Amino acid sequence: MAVLSKLVKWARIKSPWIIHYNSGGCNACDIEVVAALTPRFDVERFGILLKGSPRHADVLVVTGPVTRQTKNRLIRIYNQMADPKFVLAVGTCTITGGVFRGAYGVLGGVDEAIPVDVFVPGCPPKPEAIIQGVVKLLEKLQKT
Amino acid sequence: MSVEKRIFKIPVGPQHPALKEFEHFVFTVDGERVIDVGFRIGYTHRGIEKLAESKTYIQNLYLCERICGICSAAHQGCYAQTVEELADITAPPRGTYIRTLIWELERIHSHLLWLGVAAHEIGFDTLFMLVWRDREVVMDLLEMISGNRVNYAMSTIGGVRRDISDELKHKILKGLDILEERTKYYKEVCMKEQTILARAANVGILTREQALKLNAVGPTARASGVDVDLRRDDPYGAYDEVPFNVIVYDTCDVLARVLVRVDETFECINMCRWLLENLPEGDIRTKFARKIAENEVVGRVEAPRGELFYYIKSNGTDKPERLKVRTPTLANILPVCEMLKGGYIADIPIVLAGIDPCFACMDRALFIDENSEKKWVWSREQLRIYSIKWYKEHGNEVVRERWKQ
Repeated sequence: MAVLSKLVKWARIKSPWIIHYNSGGCNACDIEVVAALTPRFDVERFGILLKGSPRHADVLVVTGPVTRQTKNRLIRIYNQMADPKFVLAVGTCTITGGVFRGAYGVLGGVDEAIPVDVFVPGCPPKPEAIIQGVVKLLEKLQKT
Repeated sequence: MSVEKRIFKIPVGPQHPALKEFEHFVFTVDGERVIDVGFRIGYTHRGIEKLAESKTYIQNLYLCERICGICSAAHQGCYAQTVEELADITAPPRGTYIRTLIWELERIHSHLLWLGVAAHEIGFDTLFMLVWRDREVVMDLLEMISGNRVNYAMSTIGGVRRDISDELKHKILKGLDILEERTKYYKEVCMKEQTILARAANVGILTREQALKLNAVGPTARASGVDVDLRRDDPYGAYDEVPFNVIVYDTCDVLARVLVRVDETFECINMCRWLLENLPEGDIRTKFARKIAENEVVGRVEAPRGELFYYIKSNGTDKPERLKVRTPTLANILPVCEMLKGGYIADIPIVLAGIDPCFACMDRALFIDENSEKKWVWSREQLRIYSIKWYKEHGNEVVRERWKQ
C-alpha cells in the first residue's frame, strides 16, 4: 500500500489539474490566471491543465470577492470536487473583499464560503506571483 | 416523434471556467437550431454604485477602475473626465495625451485578448497561444508606463499620475513595431485560414436594421455597417487632434467582428505612434479641490467594447451623491440574443464570444426535455468540445450551405 500511496502522491504533484472560478471579481485576476497558462509564463510545465468540470479538478482557483449571488454556487462547486481538494485564492479581493468591501452585494473574502489553502495577494497579482502561489501549493502537497 | 417533442430548453450558466464573468442564458432549441434566447444577469452584482456614494472622489477612482479589469483604463479615464467636467477643471495637454495613449494601448491589449479567446472558442488553440504570447509585448509596455500590468491607476482627477520619459518613448515605439508586424500576420491568418472562415463567415448575423433597433455599440455595431464611434462623433481626450479611421464592415457576421477588431488594432498602433511623436511639453496634472459644488454631468467614452456611459451628481461635499454606469456589454446583450436565433447550438460559443462580453458563462449547461423531464448537464467546456466535434462531422455541408447564401 505504501508503494501505491507514494505513486498516487507522485501523480498528484505532477499533474494538479485546476478549475477556475470567478466568484464576482472584475476579470483582471482572470486574465492574469489565463496569462499564466499561456506561453510566456506557461504553468503547464508543472503539469497544470485548465479543466472545465469540477469533477476533473484537484485545485479550485478562485478570483474575486464572494457575492451574495455566487456564494451557494461556489460551495456547490467545491462540494462537487473529488478529495483531496485544494483551493488557491488569487487577488486581494479573495482575502478581504478588497476595494469592494462594504458593498451590499459582497460578503467578503473567499474564506467566508470555503476553506482556502493558499492566498495570492495583489490587485491583480502578476503571473509570476500566481506561479509562486502554485509552487507553495505544490510544497504543501508534498507534505500531505 | 411529433414536432413539439423536438423543442428543448437549454439553460446555460451561470458558472464557467474561462476568463469571463457569469451569466445565465436559456436557449430554446428545435433539433440543432436555436429558436429563442432568454437571459438572466446580475450574478456579479456587488453594489458598486451605492458603494461609490460612501467614498470620496479620489477613492472612487480606484473603485471605478475595478468595475472591469479588461477595460480598466476606459472606466477610470471616463470617471476622471466626468469629475473634471463636474468640478470645471481641465487636464493639461500632456496629461490628456498620456491618458489617450493608455486608452489606445489598452484597446490593443483588449482586442488581442479577444482574438485569442475567439480562436479558443472555435477550437483553434494554436492561434490562441500565439496571440496571447504576442499580447505580452503590449502588457510589458503598459507595465513600463504605469507599473502594473492590468489595473494601471494612471488617470487621476485633473490629469495623469506618471510621466513618460524620452527613453520610455523609444521603448514603446520599438514595442509597437513588433506588435504591428505580428498583427499583420494575424490579419492574414484571419482572412485566409479555412478554419476561421468556415466557423466565422455567415455565422451570427446581425443586420444593420437590427443593430440600430437593438442599440448595439462598439465593434459589434461597426461590424454590422453602423458607422458609429464616439472618438470621432463626440471627441474627448486628445481624439479631436489624432488622425484615425473608423473601421466599418458590412457583412454583419462573426468574421466582420474579427476583422473590425484586427483593423482597429492597426489604427490604435498608428494613433499611439502619433501621440508619442506629438507629445506636448508641460505639466501632467492640475490641482483639484476636494469638494465639488452641486452639479450633474454625463460623460461618455469609447471603451474597447463600445460606448461607456457615466452619470455623476455632486452635492457640495467631497463624495458624489449619485454615480451611474452603463457598460457596453449590457447594451450588446439584446443584439447577441438576436444573433443566436436561427443558428446552430454549435455556434453558440463563438457568437457569444463575438460581442466580446465581460461574461460568457457557458459552464454547466442543463438540457431539459420539456415533455419527458429528462435532464442532462453540460459544462461550457463540454459545449465547446461538442461544437468542435459537431463541426468535424457536419462542417462540410454547413459551410457549403453558407457559401451558397
